[in-house]
Amino acid sequence: MTTSVNPSSAPSVQISAPAPRKRSVIPGGTLYRGKEGMWSWVLHRITGVGIYFFLLVHILDTALIRVSPEAYNAVIGAYQTPFMGVAEVGLVGAIVFHAFNGLRIILVDFWNIGTRIQRPMFYGVLGLWVVTMAAFTPRHLMNVFGW
Amino acid sequence: MSVTIEKPNAPIRRPRKGINWEKWGWIYMRVSGIVLVVLIFGHLFVNLMVGEGVKAIDFAFVAGKLANPFWVVWDTALLWLALIHGANGMRTLVNDYATKATMRMVLHGALLVSTLALLILGTLTIYAFDPCPAGSPADLLPSFCKAAN
Repeated sequence: MTTSVNPSSAPSVQISAPAPRKRSVIPGGTLYRGKEGMWSWVLHRITGVGIYFFLLVHILDTALIRVSPEAYNAVIGAYQTPFMGVAEVGLVGAIVFHAFNGLRIILVDFWNIGTRIQRPMFYGVLGLWVVTMAAFTPRHLMNVFGW
Repeated sequence: MSVTIEKPNAPIRRPRKGINWEKWGWIYMRVSGIVLVVLIFGHLFVNLMVGEGVKAIDFAFVAGKLANPFWVVWDTALLWLALIHGANGMRTLVNDYATKATMRMVLHGALLVSTLALLILGTLTIYAFDPCPAGSPADLLPSFCKAAN
């Protein structure tokens, strides 16, 4: 999309900013803060950091296959306990959100209507997350608890 | 009398020479991100959804996967793309939140050192791996070890 940058002939653009909040320390009137764009950013950071530290641990635990079969099996056994089994649902949930929201970021960057539809795309991310987790969670918990 | 007037629309900063690393980092996050969606979803599906899922993972399971060149390539790409993607993401957080110069240097250094160490360790894990270590109980080893012993 190209717009005229000549100030004398540029058409006036109406941007609807949210009204200031009543009785709040938050000034309001921003297009960004407290909306879907902010929460997608916050969740992307938190899930990214969580996944990063798991990745560090996961490279180290997999490296135990070069120590001995017993050492690897002992450590991987920790991933098969009920507690870790439930935690893995959280890990996969973080990965799935980060994956879908990452694709949304790419669409915002490269798709010509990406910025305009970033909000519906965020709800698309949440919808895909629910569908993916609905497919994963029962199957995984069946494996963990032997149902 | 002539007066020399400075060119009014001269750029304040000269355009920087050399490789624009921040741009390539930005591109790397997006390109590796798309590939990682495929690699990680495949990794999770095969390890957690197929068969008995997480309960089936042990030494013999990993040895069986790494005996297949397909998974060797898959896991190598996963290791390098994911760890560099993660480390570059953490670099962004350090840039955002670490305000003191020494702290930034320490954290950037820690990221660099840990990333290099884990890339080497992880690559060795995939390529310098003996699926049939001598003296290990046969019931812990993959089935193809019996033929070799």
